[in-house]
Parts: sequence; structure tokens; C-alpha cells
Amino acid sequence: MKNFLKITSIIISLLVFSNNSVAAEKVEYLKTDWSFKGLFGKFDRGSLQRGYQVYTEVCASCHSMKYVSYRNLAEAGGPEFSKEQAKAIAASFEVVDGPNSDGEMFTRPGKLSDKFVMPYENVKAAQAANGGAYPPDMSVLVKARGGGVDYIYSLLQGYEDPPIGLTLDDGVHYNKYMYGNMIKMANPLSDGLVEYSDGTQASIEQMSKDVTTFLMWTAEPHLESRHKMGFKVIVYLFILTVLVYYSMKKIWSRIETEV
Amino acid sequence: MSDHDYTPKSKVGKWFNDRLPLLTLANHLTDYPTPKNLNYWWTFGGILTFCLITQIVTGLTLAMHYIAHADMAFESVEHIMRDVNYGWLIRYIHANGASMFFLAVYIHIFRSLFYGSYKSPREIIWIIGIIIYLLMMAAAFMGYVLPWGQMSFWGATVITNLFSAIPLVGEGIVTWLWGGYSVDNPTLTRFFTLHYLIPFLILGLVVLHIWALHVPGNNNPVGIDIKKPSKDTVPFHPYIVIKDGFALLMFMIVFAFFVFYTPNILGHADNYIEADPLVTPAHIVPEWYLLPFYAILRSVPDKLLGVVAMLSAILILAALPWLDTSKIRSAVFRPLYKQFYWILVADVLILGYVGAMPAEGLYLLIARVATAYYFIHFLVILPVLGFKEKTIPVPLSITEPVLGGSVNFATAKNKESTIDK
Repeated sequence: MKNFLKITSIIISLLVFSNNSVAAEKVEYLKTDWSFKGLFGKFDRGSLQRGYQVYTEVCASCHSMKYVSYRNLAEAGGPEFSKEQAKAIAASFEVVDGPNSDGEMFTRPGKLSDKFVMPYENVKAAQAANGGAYPPDMSVLVKARGGGVDYIYSLLQGYEDPPIGLTLDDGVHYNKYMYGNMIKMANPLSDGLVEYSDGTQASIEQMSKDVTTFLMWTAEPHLESRHKMGFKVIVYLFILTVLVYYSMKKIWSRIETEV
Repeated sequence: MSDHDYTPKSKVGKWFNDRLPLLTLANHLTDYPTPKNLNYWWTFGGILTFCLITQIVTGLTLAMHYIAHADMAFESVEHIMRDVNYGWLIRYIHANGASMFFLAVYIHIFRSLFYGSYKSPREIIWIIGIIIYLLMMAAAFMGYVLPWGQMSFWGATVITNLFSAIPLVGEGIVTWLWGGYSVDNPTLTRFFTLHYLIPFLILGLVVLHIWALHVPGNNNPVGIDIKKPSKDTVPFHPYIVIKDGFALLMFMIVFAFFVFYTPNILGHADNYIEADPLVTPAHIVPEWYLLPFYAILRSVPDKLLGVVAMLSAILILAALPWLDTSKIRSAVFRPLYKQFYWILVADVLILGYVGAMPAEGLYLLIARVATAYYFIHFLVILPVLGFKEKTIPVPLSITEPVLGGSVNFATAKNKESTIDK
């Protein structure tokens, strides 16, 4: 039994470790205390709401978020805007709908059931407007990058002057956390770029943290219920395991073999 | 067989059982005499059955919401993750369930290698097992293609392109597999169909696997033939049922931890980027459970020979009962084989590691050495070892050495303490 547990735990840790080491890049990412990590990790509501503000005022001019709907903003486990707030947010966007009975497309104010309005009509239009680089859709961006939240958080703060001797093409920027260090996105953040309604100081660091938290939620909208359910499931399984263990001992005590 | 045998009491039950003795089959299953010294490495058969059922049930549910179309597959997976009730749970169980399935099957296979369970008279069980393993790999590979992310697409491209190494007909076969001139919608729909079919083939083979097992009965850590039923055996129910249940629960705790707390750690980040035929990922890596074979494939400079080496690495296992010439089953009584066994385990782990690394420089060299050793183990070491090795005397029964009086008493008792309880 002891041997068995030892060997299996070694195998599992090897598995996780090797997958991690493959994903990890050479650069050390900036670290911060994410509220959603850990067994009981939850989103910081204020951070999510501020993060939405950064996304919509800064990122959304180039980056789409096509799998997220306005109704999600009012759902439990998210930024939890009130339903009225979410309705107002949706209504502030013009949505193309139709065709109507005349066969014409028309615009109307957004509704809760609408997906986030995209900044460009299609990928080609997005590329044309951004010097050939497509600003990736942000719905699952955090999960689509090896370093996850730490990577995005660092990238937003990683803009630097290029090292001496390195000349960059027009429209290319130097970022010490970007793969290959060259990025087409210009530094999107500067101190005080947005004005937070809750009075939080909008430093680059604060905005990076808020928007990354928001992106984590858009990538994993059910993270909170997952953590909650996980804890219950594991406690349940643990208690059942203990009960079954003693039942097993009792049953096997009828014969002379250890179990 | 015993006084508590179940016999149908009702008229309908008797009528049915006379025509199809399904009800009394339960007697065979509950009484099935099982060696009482089985350790926890033997619980993975039950765990694997659980994994298969879990994959089938979650898979059916996912298939109700998934759309097998190149333009909609990625979106439908996001729909499952966001809007289907508990869709995230079902998908994470299915995705991590594949990894758990392979974790369990590798332990199951290596248990067999350690205790010589593949040897006479259990060759057929072993060969059916290898076929199940092959089908599992096919199902897992095709399942990984379905979310239509970047790794799905490029993994499918790399693996299907392997067939082009076949002389003369290779290119034609690849076009036939794709249903076109590149991996595209026809490829996705046929992969979905096959991914749906294979688990049921596996289920059928599992029935045969268990049937074949119930003919000679279980091997055991001592690796000797035992009289059944006897003092050395216990009825399957309740002894083995409760023990397998206990092991399964521990397995489920590990499983739950992956599902609820690190659901994406075993996957690749690139698969959350929608498939784009125009952008190739920097490193194309298969899922972790295929890495050792991927390393073998890449360690051979010639494409055709690489494919041959990779396939042989799996198929060589089917010949194992005849490659291993030793009459002694359990490694407990084979001091030399035991050491080579652990070297093989390390070798496969190393292959898995280099399989995830770029195939260049030192990694490539290590991959080549490890690949060579893998084949040497099966083709040279095992056949020779059977003749050369001086084995430790084997006890005559499981209970006898404990009760004393045997010539092998001392050794057996000594060994008994090292056998995992």
C-alpha cells in the first residue's frame, strides 16, 4: 500500500511537472496575488468591474470578444453588475440586426441576449486596420497562452525601449515578455488612462491586474462554481473513501490476509 | 458452487433464465475465485472499466451539444463551456477523463509487465488488451481533433501525414483519409463518426478481455498457478468488490482534483486558439500519453522507417509472451529482470519527456539512445534473460509459506514482506 501510493504520486507529479515545464517559457513572469487561485479562489468583483471598464474603453477598440454576451455581465460569479446596469451597457452599443420584413438590415440598441459587439466586421478588416496583425479574440485568450494570467499581466507591463543595436520595423514594438520580443500591438496602457468610478488609482499595474482578472472570467465564466463544487465533491469522496476503507477492513478481517 | 447461489424464484424469472441464463451468470461473477494476495496494482482493471463508462456517458452528453463542422466546432465547444447547464463539468470530465484513462492503462500495462501476467496461459487476454490500447489511442487522437483548435488541426495534419510515408499508395491513402486535399470539414466529420464508434468497439473487447481472464483466472503477485477455489482464493464478492471500490474512490479523488482545480493543465494552450490552416504553431506536440511514441517516430531520420519504428514499438508488445523466455512469471523472483524492468520504466519516461521537447541537439540524441534501448529490452534482453537468469525459488502456494513447513519457507517469507500489501 505504501509503495503503491509512493509510486503513483511520483508518476502524477512527473506528469504535471513535465507538462508545466514544457509550457513554461524562459522568462520569469511578473507575479501578483490572484484572488481566483487556490481551492476557494473567487473573483474580486470590484476588479472584474474595473477590468470590464478597461476592456471596453481600451482593448475593445481592436479586440473582439465574440463568445461573451451582455447578459453574462449580470450573472452570478462574474462582475455581477445589476440587471439594469447590464441592460444599460448593452443598450449603449449599436447592434446590426435583420433582415426586417423589407429585407433590409437595420441597427438597434443592444439587448442582454446579444453577444459583445465586434470592433471589426471580419478578420480581414481587423488585419487591414492593424498593419496585417489580427488582434486575437479575447474570449478565451488567457487559456490560449502558455503562461496564462501571469503572461498577460506581464505582457501589459513589459513594454520597453529595444536594446541598443536592435532596430524595429515601423509598427513593431519591443516587449520583453512577448514570444520573440516583437509585438505589433502598441503599448495600450498609460497611467490614468481610464477613470475608475470607485476611486481606485488607475496605474498601469492596477489596470493590468483588473483587465487580466476580467479576461480570466471571460475564459472561465464558471470558475467560482467549479471551485465550490470541487470542494464539496472532494470532501464527499474523502468521507466515502474512509467509510469504504473501514468496511473493507471489516470484511477482510474474516480471512487471515491483510488488505 | 456455494450455498448462497442465486436462483430465480419467480415464474417469469425461471422462464427467462431457462432460455437465457443471464440471472445465474451473476453467480459466476460473485463467486469468481480471486487470489487473495492481489495488491493494489490489481485494482486498475476495475478503475479502467469506470473510466470507459465515464467517457461514454460524458461523451454521449457532449455529442448532444457539439457540432461537427469546421466552421462551428470551436464555437460549439465554447457554447458547451458557457451556456449548456454544467457543460463545463461534463467537458472537463471528458477531457481529463482521457488522461486519467491513459494513466490507469499505463499502470495496468506496467503491472502486467512486472508480474508477467502476459505469459501462458494468458496470452489472449494480453493481446486483446493491446488491441484495446491501440483503439484507445485512435479514439483519443480523434477526440483531440474535435474541438478544432490549433493543436487539433495541426496534430491531425501531422499524424495523418504519416501515412504518406507508405510507398506508392501513401499519398492516395492520405487524400482518402482526409476526404480532400487537406485536413478540413470532411476530415472532421469522419473523425467525429469514428470517435463515436470506437468506444463501443472497446466496450466489446473489454467483455472479451474479462471473459478470457475468467478462463484461467487472475495472475497474482507471487505469479504461481493456484488451485481454485482454495485457501489461496477469495470470492470476488464481497472481497474484491469492496477493495476495487476503495481504490476507485482514491482514484476519483485525484480525478476530481484535476477536473475542478487544474482542468487545463494536461492540455495544450494552443488548442484554445481556433484552427487556422495558414498559421503553424511553433511546436506541434501530441497529448502527453502519446509522447513516448512520438519521440520514437522523430528519432529515426527516415520518415517511413520512423513510422515503422513507432508502430513496431506498440506491436512488439503483442509478441511479448513469446519474447520473454522465462518460465517464472513474477519479477519478485527474478532479481535481474526486476532491475531491467525499472530501467525500462525510466526509459519510457525519458522518451515521454524528450517527445515534448524540440527534436534537436541533445534531446534528439537522448531520444535515439532511449529508442534503441526500448527495442533492445524486448528483442535482446528479455529473450536472453530467460536462459541466463538465476531465479529465486518460488513458493508452492500463497498460503503455504506463511503456514511454514515448505523448503521455500525462508525465501518465501522474506519475499512476502516485500510484496506490496
